Amino acid sequence: MTLAVFFGCAFIAFGPAFALFVFTIAKDPLRVIILIAGAFFWLLSLLLSSLVWFIAIKASNSQDLTLQRGLLIFGVFFSVLLQEVFRFTYYRLLRKATEGLAAITDDDGSAISVRQMAYVAGLGFGIMSGAFSMINVLSDSLGPGTVGIFGDSQYYFITADMPSSKIFRRVKTNLKSSSLIQKMRALMTLALTLLHTFWGVLFFEGCEKSCWWVIAAVVSLHLLVAGLSLLNPLYEGSLPPVYGITLLMGVWAFFSSGGSLHSLNALCTRRKAEGESS
Amino acid sequence: MNTSDSEEDSYNERSSLVQCESPTIPSYNQDHDMSLPQETDTKRRRPVSSGLDEPGPVERERASTPDGEEEELTLKYGAKHVIMLFIPVTLCMVVVVATIKSVSFYTEKTSQRLIYTPFEEDPNYVGQRLLYSLLNTMVMISVIVVMTIILVVLYKYRCYKFIHGWLILSSLMLLFWFSFMYLGEVFKTYNVAMDYPTLAMIIWNFGVVGMICIHWKGPLRLQQAYLIVISALMALIFIKYLPEWSAWVILGAISIYDLIAVLCPKGPLRMLVETAQERNEPIFPALIYSSAMVWMVGMADSSNPDSADERLRNEGGALAQEGVESEDDAAQGGRRRCSAEEDLEEDRGVKLGLGDFIFYSVLVGKAAATGGDWNTTLACFVAILIGLCLTLLLLAIFKKALPALPISITFGLVFYFSTDNLVRPFMDSLAAHQYYI
Repeated sequence: MTLAVFFGCAFIAFGPAFALFVFTIAKDPLRVIILIAGAFFWLLSLLLSSLVWFIAIKASNSQDLTLQRGLLIFGVFFSVLLQEVFRFTYYRLLRKATEGLAAITDDDGSAISVRQMAYVAGLGFGIMSGAFSMINVLSDSLGPGTVGIFGDSQYYFITADMPSSKIFRRVKTNLKSSSLIQKMRALMTLALTLLHTFWGVLFFEGCEKSCWWVIAAVVSLHLLVAGLSLLNPLYEGSLPPVYGITLLMGVWAFFSSGGSLHSLNALCTRRKAEGESS
Repeated sequence: MNTSDSEEDSYNERSSLVQCESPTIPSYNQDHDMSLPQETDTKRRRPVSSGLDEPGPVERERASTPDGEEEELTLKYGAKHVIMLFIPVTLCMVVVVATIKSVSFYTEKTSQRLIYTPFEEDPNYVGQRLLYSLLNTMVMISVIVVMTIILVVLYKYRCYKFIHGWLILSSLMLLFWFSFMYLGEVFKTYNVAMDYPTLAMIIWNFGVVGMICIHWKGPLRLQQAYLIVISALMALIFIKYLPEWSAWVILGAISIYDLIAVLCPKGPLRMLVETAQERNEPIFPALIYSSAMVWMVGMADSSNPDSADERLRNEGGALAQEGVESEDDAAQGGRRRCSAEEDLEEDRGVKLGLGDFIFYSVLVGKAAATGGDWNTTLACFVAILIGLCLTLLLLAIFKKALPALPISITFGLVFYFSTDNLVRPFMDSLAAHQYYI
């Protein structure tokens, strides 16, 4: 069962991202570099926000659970804001480096456009964010001492200390609910990966055109999604709205980056035409 | 297991330098005849470069010429070469991490230590542990410095046979003994029954083909694969036998040493590069991972009996800390280079020393071994790749041999310690509540 859960959750969470990588990014070395740099920037933002949270935790009373939880929620929102700040920083860096990037591509290869960079950067953010959410869960589902052996009781260790967090890793949950949690986690990770990609496109587009309301919308939607996740484990409250937002973002990003119903139509008819002619 | 000196050589092969495929420097310095197929740049650059007759500071010449396209061209070996190095570095790290996570042998602590880290760390006394790890580091670094200086001296006085013998011995040890150990542990982990005759066959074939590929001729991909495998094996040995804190301090100290050795005018590695460039020799072709070498069978073997001077120009020093290979290797390297030139093949790619592979993998492997948190491993991996990317960018700008360790190891260490101590509790708390950021 654990192997099935492992593969299922892995494919749910990373399947689309992997497909996007293989089909659109893997062949172009410059895009791979931009992807990894995007992942690096997300990591930096996470690092700084963890630092702030850690300092807050250490400075506060560790016995007061409500305070700890409040600080964690503050950490969540601060992290979201910092991620957007770093997205903006990455945008500025890429803009500055555009000429240099054009120089290091192959002579016959096309230089990368801002829209492509936006997509790749967003995907980089998304992949890293997804990996950080999912990888530990996935490895735990494979490892020995599988979750759920010990029956119905649920323990959540909500501490910040490192040794205790090692204990946390042996979360004992209900056998039935553990794989549910992992599946929900995988679905949420998938949604976040796609969201980061779309937000990347929209954010860069907004920065390019100096449409500050677009940027504000992206930031507030990110905050909204993080806020919705605060409703967990009531997954009915968080997952459907998040997926709704994902769809909305997808459509918006598509139209914002130059797609239109006409081009969709052309794509379908051309495929049909190619199918007929071959 | 106390290792012998030949193992020392293997990690003396640690080349901290990223080979700059800087064809401009040797070719314009040595050759005044532009029409000769030098070990040059891409075919694009050749027509451009033929216009310039002056050897010497070509880059400046180029920059000053009115066609900005030349300046553009000199940067053009960028993104593709970065990826050509990302892939082997990633593969090496994946092999090391996969082994660490599955074969418990390499994470078991033993009382055996390398002779280069004689002080044993006692986990009970923090101050003493810190002191001993510093002392271990000093011992290790001084051993490495001494070895490098010996190699430089040997190279300067053209004791190629000695160096070659030394290198052959160390590759033998890696390819036969360490892979035998590795295979044994893998079989133990997966409970695979294996008889000695079959094992002997496997190891024998693996080792012999490896020796041929690395020290003589072989298909490029196979040679690259073998270099990756021996780097991974070496890294695993380090991960097992270096004490905890010593390993981290050694990583930091090695990058500082690398920086000094390559960039200081009197640094041993820099002297090595310059000597090799003066003699137009390839430097340690068997101990450097090269990303694009065209192998042409039936290339002129007449270069073989020639002395070292006749050998083709080096590719621009990917410095290893070893001395030069023997004539065979150099000739082989020469052959390879010759073929690459005459093929009018595109740019020959970048070279990275095996020591860089080893220490990158040691960092990521140690991150994977301690704590068992995949986030830390992933963070170190991304950090090292970004460091490598930045190093290659600097290489593209400065066009001379550069140390590949400092930036990557610094990023790796920073990310390791911060992810382990700051990000991990944060992510664990988030996961406990199922909050998503």
